[in-house]
Amino acid sequence: MHKSVTVNKEGTSDVDLAKCRAILSKYNRSTPSDLIPILQQIQDAYGYVPQTALSEITAGTRIPLSKIYGVVTFYSQFSLVPRGKHTIKVCTGTACHIKGATDIKKKLTEALQIHEGETTKDFKFTYEPVACVGTCFLAPVMMIDNRYYGKLTADKAEATLKNY
Amino acid sequence: MVSLLIDGKKVEAAPSQTILQAAQKAGIHIPTLCHAPRLSPSGACRMCVVEVEGARALVASCAAPVSQGMKVSTGSETVLRARRLNLELIWSNHPNDCLTCDKTGECKLQSLMYDYNVKTSRFVAQNPPTKPDDSNPAIYRDMNKCILCGKCVRICDEVQNQHTLAFSNRGMQTTIATAFEKPLKDAGCVFCGHCVSVCPVGALMDKPSMNKGRPWETKKVSTVCCYCGVGCSLVLHVKKGEVIRVTSDTYSPPNYGSLCVKGRYGFEFYKSPDRLKTPMIRDSIDQPFRETSWEEAIGLVARKLLDIKQHHGTEAFGCLSSSRGTNEENYLAQKFTRAVMGTNNMDNCARVCHAPSVTGLRAALGSGAATNSLADIEGAEVLIVSGSNTTEAHPVAALKIKKAVRQNGAKLIVIDPREIELVQFATVWLRLKPGTNVALINGLLHVILNEGLENKGFIEQRTENIDMLRQVVAQYPPEKTEEITGVPREDIIKAARIYADTQKGMIVYGLGMTEHKAGSHGVMSLANLALITGNVGRPNTGINPLRGQNNVQGSCDMGALPDVYTCYQKVDDPAANKKFSEAWGCPLPTKPGLKEPQMYREALAGRFKAMYIIGYDPAATQANINNVRSAMRRLDFLVVQELFMTETAKLAHVVLPTGCFFEKDGTFTNAERRVRRLNQAIPLPNGARHDWEIICQIATAMGYPMSYGHPGEIMDEIARLTPEFAGINFERLAGDGLVWPVWDKQHPGTPILHKDTFTRGKGRLNDLLYTPSEELPDNEYPLYLTTGRRLYHYNNGSMSLRNPEIHTISSEEFAEVHPGAVLWR
Ligand code: SF4
Ligand code: SF4
Ligand code: SF4
Ligand code: FES
Ligand code: FES
Repeated sequence: MHKSVTVNKEGTSDVDLAKCRAILSKYNRSTPSDLIPILQQIQDAYGYVPQTALSEITAGTRIPLSKIYGVVTFYSQFSLVPRGKHTIKVCTGTACHIKGATDIKKKLTEALQIHEGETTKDFKFTYEPVACVGTCFLAPVMMIDNRYYGKLTADKAEATLKNY
Repeated sequence: MVSLLIDGKKVEAAPSQTILQAAQKAGIHIPTLCHAPRLSPSGACRMCVVEVEGARALVASCAAPVSQGMKVSTGSETVLRARRLNLELIWSNHPNDCLTCDKTGECKLQSLMYDYNVKTSRFVAQNPPTKPDDSNPAIYRDMNKCILCGKCVRICDEVQNQHTLAFSNRGMQTTIATAFEKPLKDAGCVFCGHCVSVCPVGALMDKPSMNKGRPWETKKVSTVCCYCGVGCSLVLHVKKGEVIRVTSDTYSPPNYGSLCVKGRYGFEFYKSPDRLKTPMIRDSIDQPFRETSWEEAIGLVARKLLDIKQHHGTEAFGCLSSSRGTNEENYLAQKFTRAVMGTNNMDNCARVCHAPSVTGLRAALGSGAATNSLADIEGAEVLIVSGSNTTEAHPVAALKIKKAVRQNGAKLIVIDPREIELVQFATVWLRLKPGTNVALINGLLHVILNEGLENKGFIEQRTENIDMLRQVVAQYPPEKTEEITGVPREDIIKAARIYADTQKGMIVYGLGMTEHKAGSHGVMSLANLALITGNVGRPNTGINPLRGQNNVQGSCDMGALPDVYTCYQKVDDPAANKKFSEAWGCPLPTKPGLKEPQMYREALAGRFKAMYIIGYDPAATQANINNVRSAMRRLDFLVVQELFMTETAKLAHVVLPTGCFFEKDGTFTNAERRVRRLNQAIPLPNGARHDWEIICQIATAMGYPMSYGHPGEIMDEIARLTPEFAGINFERLAGDGLVWPVWDKQHPGTPILHKDTFTRGKGRLNDLLYTPSEELPDNEYPLYLTTGRRLYHYNNGSMSLRNPEIHTISSEEFAEVHPGAVLWR
């Protein structure tokens, strides 16, 4: 199946479009080649690309919504679903796997009550598995945003969440 | 021209042509999957690869231009191997479903697999299967079968301009989707079915046609769409007496393969269980109808009409025919009224739509018809679209407008109080207050004359009355025009300059111009614009009404009007009267008859006793239906010929069931004067009779024998009596028809009128003052109400509403109210 793009209603209903409009206003005679920079700034500003922002882009640039959607789904850097404030990346590379990444994943799934690739209801965390993050000497490893947490146990991983 | 060698054969081609085009011209076949003649090349499928001597790799011939001295091989072993590999790759991701796939027999992939003898694939399926999408009306989508040729995306972008579809996702997940994978209806789709028409495989299908029959089982019958004045050519796919699908021929005018939702998916109404199949009669309209035999019904009509003629005189009768009916039917209706009933009380539903076009254009140019062909729209440099919501009312004409703007860089001036879809394409939008057309156009004329932008030579040589016109339009400087119309003066000036600055300026207008008390004045004003700038008589110019119903042009041409015989020969012109009297073998009345609204007035006054209404439903479609219904209730005798029990039929004494446009032979004349044949595709329902036969039978029963073997013989009679139709007969009309005037049997037809001289000699510049509408908003009735057309429905809806697919898309009406107006309440 295709990547899930059903937009979380709660996430979009109170999207503050001011940021989006501010971004668009910098491109007042925009051409299709401005689309990617616009989308990148929107992704940065909101942490994802809200559906309503795409409609604003269509209105502002006359680029059809279908085409913008095509671009957004083409590049993995864009996300159509709201993401949590923090991104947890649990390493599932070989080293971490051997050292017990499975337990950590299980624990986090319980603690956060979401599956891999999902975002918590309060939009605090997005949780995704990744392949080797390049710090195998610290295995098993997870990252929260840009910080590394190494030599984890399931309990330590759970406790780390409390810092956020 | 360059010359190249394709498979050793010397071929000449224009440098802008592709190798594929050059090969096709030379009769050399190259297979394609993603190529379509109307679309920009994409080079996506690589089926069309060829070997070009000296090139490093195989070349996609659909995208590669020819060059001098090029040596091309279209069937070398390398080429064949590449194509086979390509097919294997496609097949690896394609369900093996030819047995039950509706596309079998028409599928390009299937026939290429056959041609290249590729039986299976060595590759393993990579893309995950998806569920076919059956949730949309009219269009079935199965993305498992999609080969990602992109034709649906391109045709939706480039031809329909709807941009509903796009490639989405990436890699093996790449698919064709709407934004957010929304249902088509919520993604801007207008169900034109263009995407289905170009899909080479079974990924997109016409839903109502599925499981109804294989392509080789159907008979293909070409005919004309009856849902609007564009008059698209249709191909009906008929199996066992049923129309199971409608398509269109890419090479046939005026639509060249395009259709709108009504033409393509509006074909199921004819089998509605509510079709009338038996004549019905009653003595008074308070009684229920009683089914009866044709003999009794016709006998009754004949007796009653003779009786009324005898006791109340010829002027107590009137006939209304229909702009949906064929030319032959309309001709017979007026012949019956004049020759048998002895009155000119003859009108048709064009009275309430484009009769002002006939009057206005005749007064200005001498001919009450569009000056140019629809194809001319595409090449115009400036287009004025006035009072026409073209995308809804004449969808296929709108495609031409969009193409002129998007692909050919034309400037579009939209005159309309509402922000219609075309406003998006417009250079200037003149948003006038409803009913102020004449003032606005006088304002435009003022700017042109005041700034000296007029075409002085043309005015001098080919027009009359310029001095009076100058005097009148001098009263409409931009400030004053702004005051009356609400259009900012800068926009008036801008629009006037744009239009005056081209020799390829074309005016297209619709009912927003004509459906006014001063409708004919609006038309004459537009003609003034064309005349003072010299934009008449050449390609891509002129003034062109978009006719509402399919045969508005034809019903008027056929003399279904109170004052004229065929092609506007006046009933009070002694020569014309004599000609028709002799041909029809009886004296004919010379006094022009009553117009439709006058007939109701007479009926309400009790002076009118009987009416005969053919395929027209004024009791549902007139502005003041209460008035119409009261008038009908006062009649002693009302005969209605219909497909369905319409509101008008409900007020009749006799209802006679007839055939729809799939069930008859005859001709329609579209908005560009193209007379084209309808061909009967399916039999009449048991019990119904053809309109033309019914008229003949009634006339005969009334002692005026009328008989024809076939509608073609009626056309022969029309041709004998009508100079403009002299060269027309059914054989010559086969194919794409002819554009009248056709002066003799060798004449090729006349797509452009008024080339060297106007039909009336000189073009008349009519000096017209703006008169406000009769009823303006006041304290008691403070709002304007203006009506509009809807893409999905046609006229009273008796046909369009009975199509299940269309009904699913649109089955309700609504009013748009300015938020300010609501608050004010
Ligand atoms: S039916 Fe017409 S508008 Fe709808 S997706 Fe197909 S081409 Fe586009
Ligand atoms: S749906 Fe049909 S037309 Fe569209 S890309 Fe797929 S195969 Fe081509
Ligand atoms: S544009 Fe008019 S003639 Fe053409 S398919 Fe639609 S309704 Fe029929
Ligand atoms: S395997 Fe986890 S950091 Fe390398
Ligand atoms: S037809 Fe040329 S690449 Fe598809």
